[in-house]
Amino acid sequence: MRRVAIVGGGMSRFGELWSRGFRDLIIEAGTKAVEDANLHGDEIDALYSGTMAAGRFVNQEHVAALIADFMGLNPIAATRVEAACASGSVALRQGYMAVASGMHDVVVVGGVEKMTDVSVSDAAIALGGAGDQEWELFMGATFPALYALMAKRHMYEYGTTEEQMAQVAVKNHANAAKNPYAHFQKEITLEDVMKSKIIASPLKIFDCSPITDGAAALILMPLDKAKKHTDSAVEIIASAQASDAIALHSRDSLTELKATKIAAKKAFEMAKLKPKDIDVAEVHDCFTIAELMAIEDLGFFKKGEGGKATQEGKTALNSEISINTSGGLKGCGHPVGATGVKQAVEIMWQLRGAAKGRQVEDPEIGLTHNVGGSGATCCVHIFKRA
Amino acid sequence: MGVGLSLSWRRIPERYTLLGTKCDNCKINYFPTRKICPKCRRKGSVKDVRFSGKGKIYSYTLVTSPPTGFELEAPYILAIVELVEGPKLTTQIVDTKLEEVKIGMPVEMAFRKIQEEGEEGLIHYGFKFKKVRRMTSGI
Repeated sequence: MRRVAIVGGGMSRFGELWSRGFRDLIIEAGTKAVEDANLHGDEIDALYSGTMAAGRFVNQEHVAALIADFMGLNPIAATRVEAACASGSVALRQGYMAVASGMHDVVVVGGVEKMTDVSVSDAAIALGGAGDQEWELFMGATFPALYALMAKRHMYEYGTTEEQMAQVAVKNHANAAKNPYAHFQKEITLEDVMKSKIIASPLKIFDCSPITDGAAALILMPLDKAKKHTDSAVEIIASAQASDAIALHSRDSLTELKATKIAAKKAFEMAKLKPKDIDVAEVHDCFTIAELMAIEDLGFFKKGEGGKATQEGKTALNSEISINTSGGLKGCGHPVGATGVKQAVEIMWQLRGAAKGRQVEDPEIGLTHNVGGSGATCCVHIFKRA
Repeated sequence: MGVGLSLSWRRIPERYTLLGTKCDNCKINYFPTRKICPKCRRKGSVKDVRFSGKGKIYSYTLVTSPPTGFELEAPYILAIVELVEGPKLTTQIVDTKLEEVKIGMPVEMAFRKIQEEGEEGLIHYGFKFKKVRRMTSGI
């Protein structure tokens, strides 16, 4: 297998972007990535794009071909990747494998979702497709409700509190306020979260990531070529993916994501590293409880101690481990297909020392953790300054 | 939500009578039905099994922001119930006050309307669960 590096990346602003469509967003991110990599379009030989539900959100399927067309990349191979909210990281993994295997040399990996062209209730139906339609959604479950079932059980088994979950939102909004690309640009207080409207108890509106438009893109190539190309390359030193039951109720435990634990174990083995070696991580905080479970399942903190660690500030910017410097899904926004790619763009900026205003002090190793649905897909990547 | 007539019809045995699957090789029960035992795969010998409808609450939430088709029911209690035979399922808890609901509380199946597709559409029925109550009247 060849060693693979990221040589460029970019993203659109995340937010409710009424004046901008699916095509505008991914073309902006893709163009920024190509320019950042100082490449010519002719040098790119494949495209992978993570998109969860373009058919539901913008009535458009066959989006990889559409992106190649509007980016002027025809006739290269263009492939859409779908794994619900993990579509972006699974697309990155496909691009990584294509370059590592020698099948392709220069690959563009995109992630995009345009979510606000439909009503909030239609968006919720589209997102519901990430769960088991016949046995969860049919019964009246929603995604906040599924994560609320995890939260309730986590509170029962480990004594996790609503305030500890709320602290995730406070921290991630504080980071988002320092990120010009983030959906939310304002800090919030613990009281704001605790007093916000209940969606599915114990989760409140400020425990939930928003419905967001956005796109992100990366350029991958073999590491040996990358070094001739740029002096700010970032190597992908691990890529791992795992699957679990599609329905939450079919899993052994509600307080951990087994797919996260397995993907993390494989990724750390591949990178020959341990959780304590990670300086900065973007984890999947679609709901605040998800971040607490992620930092436990990834091995940063013991099971049941994620809430306490967050409350003690151990996951804040430049503390024990900087978690979600971009603002995470909660603060930066969650355009589902784009999220997994955006996480890698943020880590690339952090490792380059280019995350202005929210820069972690001299990080060497970064990690991304991206989850599909309530945990049926998980993808973990580890990155190193090349 | 608008699911098809035949899809709903195919699910009637599971949704009306808690029909699931037992693997005779692993001695593990599954709900809903499965064609392949996920543990021993082709070595497995799967057969239909009807569950008793008795179980306990494994986790629960009060849904105050309902999805399309459930607006008239909100707020409602949604739970994961662990059946006495082992499998867990997602269901609504009815005829029970929120203050009464606790993790570990015994519940039993009730047959209810789940959702309807507008005024002229399909009406879907199936299981919900309720608190097990002792008879107090002198029958």
